[in-house]
Amino acid sequence: MKSRMVFLLLVILVGSPVLAQQLTIESWRNDDLGIWRDIIIPAFNEQYPDIEVVFAPTAPAEYNAVLASKLQAGTAGDLITCRPFDNSLNLFLEGHLASLNDLPGMDNFSDVAKSAWITDDGSDVFCVPMASVIHGFLYNQDVFSELGIEEPATWEEFLALLEAVKADGTYAPLVMGTNDQWEAATMGFQNIGPNYWEGEEGRLGLIDGSVGYDDAGFVAAFEALAEWQPYLTDGYQAVAYPDAQNLFTLGLGAIYPAGSWDIGTFNPQVDFEMGAFRPPPPAGQDTCYISDHTDIALGVNTASSNQEAARTFLEWMTTAEFAELYTNQLPGFFTLSNHPINVEDPVAQEFISWRGECETTIRSSYQILSRNAEVNNENDLWNASAQVLNGTLTPQEAADFVQSRLATWYAPQQ
Amino acid sequence: MNSKRRKPFPIHIVVFLAPAVLIYTLFMIYPLIDSLRLGLYQAGEGGTEVFAGFTNYRTLLTSNIWAPTLWNAVKNNFIFFAVHMLVQNPIGLFLAALLSSRVVRGTAVYRTLIFTPTVLSVVLIGFIWRLILSPLWGISKDFLSFFGLGQFNQPWLGLESSALIVLSFISVWQYVGIPMLLFLAALIGIPDELIEAARVDGATGWNVFWRIKFPLILPTVGIVAVLTFVGNFNAFDLIYTTQGALAGPNFSTDIMGTFFFRTFFGFQLQPGNPIMGATIAGVMFLIILTGVLLYLFGWQRRLQRLEF
Repeated sequence: MKSRMVFLLLVILVGSPVLAQQLTIESWRNDDLGIWRDIIIPAFNEQYPDIEVVFAPTAPAEYNAVLASKLQAGTAGDLITCRPFDNSLNLFLEGHLASLNDLPGMDNFSDVAKSAWITDDGSDVFCVPMASVIHGFLYNQDVFSELGIEEPATWEEFLALLEAVKADGTYAPLVMGTNDQWEAATMGFQNIGPNYWEGEEGRLGLIDGSVGYDDAGFVAAFEALAEWQPYLTDGYQAVAYPDAQNLFTLGLGAIYPAGSWDIGTFNPQVDFEMGAFRPPPPAGQDTCYISDHTDIALGVNTASSNQEAARTFLEWMTTAEFAELYTNQLPGFFTLSNHPINVEDPVAQEFISWRGECETTIRSSYQILSRNAEVNNENDLWNASAQVLNGTLTPQEAADFVQSRLATWYAPQQ
Repeated sequence: MNSKRRKPFPIHIVVFLAPAVLIYTLFMIYPLIDSLRLGLYQAGEGGTEVFAGFTNYRTLLTSNIWAPTLWNAVKNNFIFFAVHMLVQNPIGLFLAALLSSRVVRGTAVYRTLIFTPTVLSVVLIGFIWRLILSPLWGISKDFLSFFGLGQFNQPWLGLESSALIVLSFISVWQYVGIPMLLFLAALIGIPDELIEAARVDGATGWNVFWRIKFPLILPTVGIVAVLTFVGNFNAFDLIYTTQGALAGPNFSTDIMGTFFFRTFFGFQLQPGNPIMGATIAGVMFLIILTGVLLYLFGWQRRLQRLEF
């Protein structure tokens, strides 16, 4: 016993200089803990056995607040998972994130991929882009074949299909709740919306002030969202995100408005074949638009005492090896690098194939428009979208509400 | 030499007071004062703080953006408090009266059972009640159907009209044990002679309770009321765990605590604003202070006079 204690003490004393090369990753992806610990970090250690990496995630809803406190107190990890746009930009401007302009391997990423983690003037990149997520609809293939229905190509077909599932009465046509509010905005409004506001054209129009949320495209998006109301599961007002996930994976629903990240969560849980279709554009519209959202990246904490090791890790993250590993281990997170990747999961493959068929855009509220602390565009969209589905706001009222709030502080919209 | 010996300075008092004074000053009084101070400053150039007087309070109380949210939170908080005062405390008193009667058997078991939810984690309480009330897997529908009322089941937590009231009831269910125990302790402390004398004079049980027992536990009624007030205006966790920081639907369950949290720490894409957060904390402090002062001067002092 005593000798073991002495041995432990020796290990701590002698071993600590080696362990100095320890990296801690801050992240909100607590769902991915196992994959980082068992697959990604061991793969990194095969090439760099001297650097010990610990993946230390926080609950998604608390991540921003917890990270801010840790950075201020100087206790944050060496590597920081970056939210897109302003949240990370502010961390960079406050000096918490290091510039990565000279990181070898950054040229593996396109300008679009880097756009979410770059200063407004484009002079400094501060996070290595990891992945984007794509919106669309997942469906239960067993239910579809049982009811004899097929993937819809247009919005009208989509509504007819929902009506058919509802008429049958066995399954919830559309599995989503509004309790947590963000699903209504993210899987609802931002999922189907780009077809109406023409993707980047509408989104950039909001930023330069040429269009507003009360203009035709955005009102039409709210109107389309309102058409979901009769088809949502019973009591959807009190259905939370995990409830909806469970309802779908238990095979009780037909269609699930999804973010591609759900694929990885659902795969081990479902005992039916999942299929996917992209947000169907209204009949007669030839171009389709999808939300291919730059979602996640990794940067270096300037206060880290292991800058070199941290940069080594980031450099490894720019390689094809990491891109392949990440995309296939976490189906639904699609690498933002230019490496040609072979996506193995069939549903994820379907999602990524839309990149070739449709114009892509990102969520309308993420760049610049949610910069304000008092009136926050993203929060307003959550509130308005949930209210449209709850029937407490009409689409026009919702659009006016969001627009009037944005106009209170954003000069180009005044 | 003067025969009158001066008493030596009572060092032992300082020694005994020191730990409490130090810890309270460091961890309660200093942060409180610093937070109130922060509410009087504004962010200047390059992360400095500039003294701004009551500008932040004026903004909070008058601007089109802040004021409606603030008043909504204050209103909701008063509703939350009213439900506790009108439901939790009377039920607590009723339970205490039952448990203090000699007719009821097994009072220790009931007392423990009723107090159990109070010591459970709020996160757990929120989770359990979310499940009970869930329109998908909850038992509330079956329960109502049992009485033939199944069609009246609603997604209670998802409707603007009912969410706040239902959350108040959940909180009442959790905390009813506290007023019950305080009332019970007070009721047990009433001397038997008073009650026996009243019985001899022919008072009914009802009369004994309202004419003898209740006036004697009035000090406890005041303490329970002020504890409820302070607890409710500091409440945050139940709303946050069940409805999230946006206190949906449409802010119908937003109380001071969630409003403060969202403003101070930020939420999702919304950046945190520590200065306005501190201002909201200042308003919370003022509301609670007012309530406690009303209690001290309006209730407790009158009671002391009554005792003469």
